[in-house]
Amino acid sequence: MSIFSLAITVLIGVLFFVAFFHFSNFLLDYFRVRASKKFALENSIRVIIFIAPAFIVLFVFILYPVFETIRLSFYDKIGENFVGLYNYSWAIKDPDFKRSIINNLGWLIVVPTMSTFFGLVIANLADRVWWGSIAKSIIFMPMAISFVGAGVIWKFMYDYRGPGDQQIGLLNAIAVSLGFEPQAWLTIPIWNNLFLMAIMIWIQTGLALVIFSAALRSIPNETLDAARIDGASELKIFWSIIVPFLEQTILVIWTIITILVLKVFDIIYAMTNGQWQTEVLANLMYDWMFRGGGDSGRGSVLAFCILIGVTPILAWNLYRHKQDQKV
Amino acid sequence: MKKITFTSVLSQLLLLFFVVAWIVPTFGLFISSLRDKDVLAISGWWTSFTTTEINEIYRTEGKDAQIKDGNYYFIKSNLFDGGQEKEIFRFGVTSKNIDEYEVGETALFKDQTEITVFENGDYVWKSKEEFKKKKGKRIFVSAKSPPSFTLDNYKEVLLKEGLGQAFLNTLAVALPATLIPLIICSYFAYALTWMKFYGRDILLATIIASLVVPLQMCLIPVLTIYNDFGALFGVSAKSFPGIWMAHTGFGLASTTFLLWNFLKTLPSEMIEAARVDGATHYDTFIKIVVPLSIPSFASIFILQFLWVWNDLLVGLVFLDKHPSEIILTAKLKELLGSRGENWEILTTGAFVSMTVPLFIFFSLQRYFIRGLVAGSIKG
Repeated sequence: MSIFSLAITVLIGVLFFVAFFHFSNFLLDYFRVRASKKFALENSIRVIIFIAPAFIVLFVFILYPVFETIRLSFYDKIGENFVGLYNYSWAIKDPDFKRSIINNLGWLIVVPTMSTFFGLVIANLADRVWWGSIAKSIIFMPMAISFVGAGVIWKFMYDYRGPGDQQIGLLNAIAVSLGFEPQAWLTIPIWNNLFLMAIMIWIQTGLALVIFSAALRSIPNETLDAARIDGASELKIFWSIIVPFLEQTILVIWTIITILVLKVFDIIYAMTNGQWQTEVLANLMYDWMFRGGGDSGRGSVLAFCILIGVTPILAWNLYRHKQDQKV
Repeated sequence: MKKITFTSVLSQLLLLFFVVAWIVPTFGLFISSLRDKDVLAISGWWTSFTTTEINEIYRTEGKDAQIKDGNYYFIKSNLFDGGQEKEIFRFGVTSKNIDEYEVGETALFKDQTEITVFENGDYVWKSKEEFKKKKGKRIFVSAKSPPSFTLDNYKEVLLKEGLGQAFLNTLAVALPATLIPLIICSYFAYALTWMKFYGRDILLATIIASLVVPLQMCLIPVLTIYNDFGALFGVSAKSFPGIWMAHTGFGLASTTFLLWNFLKTLPSEMIEAARVDGATHYDTFIKIVVPLSIPSFASIFILQFLWVWNDLLVGLVFLDKHPSEIILTAKLKELLGSRGENWEILTTGAFVSMTVPLFIFFSLQRYFIRGLVAGSIKG
């Protein structure tokens, strides 16, 4: 398509929604003025105009699909015949599924921990030096780019050439200059997972960093000064004052990154596509959506597993929301 | 002046270490995208700032280029295709001894023909008899290559590899997929904050729950709906409006939640005063709430725009892989598979896909951070 027709399509798409709200409200006002008595239904109709588009979208794209996916997990590959727990028993026996669960657990332990830790340390360091904001900007930058883009960046870092050749991947060049053999990093089982996790840590540290930076400013200076006068070392201040003070923030960042990691797909799909024992749930799910014409039953079971993973966080969010509403 | 202490030096060094570790991968990609593709394939990007010595193989021209001068036949030409700023310092004519001769010396081939290679790549190949072979001979050269950068890779990637079209496609996906949720969610969030209706609290709780529902839970049913819809009306199940609505659906909860969070901080007296004066909810929304919400709209716009721009999964599922529909991330993934060893294509392609996010990042960082800090839980 040409630039012109693309632009027209885009414009029509956006204007459609603007026009909907404008004309429906215009019509309502028109009838309100014409009505002799107080127009009793006005408020109800206005509420419907305001919430209907969003609610329909919410229903079609989130609410209905969630229940439909759960239903499909008990049906066969085309979603027509009820098969009970067959898909679940398949999953338990499937070696790829087992591998995915183990890898997802690894991701869940390593990535949130490391990102939060690096974010906290860097936020503290950046607070002390005059070029701190530039440093923060640089470390935050990976947050803006896509997982696939980050994948290419790191695939280039991990590039492997035979032992005799010039290495063009930085990691292997360093390894060789230190006297080691070059390695095809992404094909070494178990360890390759860590190399993939490094990409996610590289991206998410920036998120932790900016949130911590904002939170750090709320620590009263008097407390820190008092501790310094009492002769506490910087390390001691970090562990005994700053970390306890930021407990809530740490928890929030942890949950955000945890949700993200449970759904990790792009990095695996672009870098290894689950080969060399790097399979994760989201990639396996995508695979089953299309493998052999697609198996909606197995795909649904795998999606449901991801949902189960986020359920504790979902419940906790709802609980906190309820607490907030009371206040 | 703060005094320089051991701790402060140590923290500066530690921070410097982090900064370098974080920037080097991206920097390497950027530099590589500007290098000549032949050099890129055989030397690390960190060597590109200095004059490097490289060993290369070239081929002379064949019999068609020969001229007769006196008793001898000559082929005179240049090994480089022109435009290359390399400086040859040694050369050879057999693979066993690739740097046998000093530049300017005359080498003898097995067939008794003689060749002289000069610094700039010029050569003179001399023979007593007529040259018979159509193909020339291989010449091994050791050359010094000064740092040189080029935009050739960008031309190639944008025009020949179809990344230019993919860039436009991504734009055509991302703009509506950001504006549509912003429009419908702002009305929705207004209703959730300022209108009284039955079921409001349940709706709000549903939004909070939807925030963390993984995208994967929705893909199969939505795809089925699209396929049925397409079959029913005889249209393609994969289209731009389709993916706009999918992104609208998947971004609806977070957009609504962020807007609701902002709207409830507005003073309720102001809204109520307008209502008492007889303004309808629509007037209040357009004339009071929207102008006050511009900064928060900006933050949410940036978050959702970057999310859509960087998305791969939704683009894979709801758009065709055809060049007229494929988005940048999907195209990049395709290139990773098909051109895995062509680093000039991959590095340049990746950088093209990063231009818009990086531009937004550097120009609107403040809004981006504000949006993220306000609550970046996304389904």
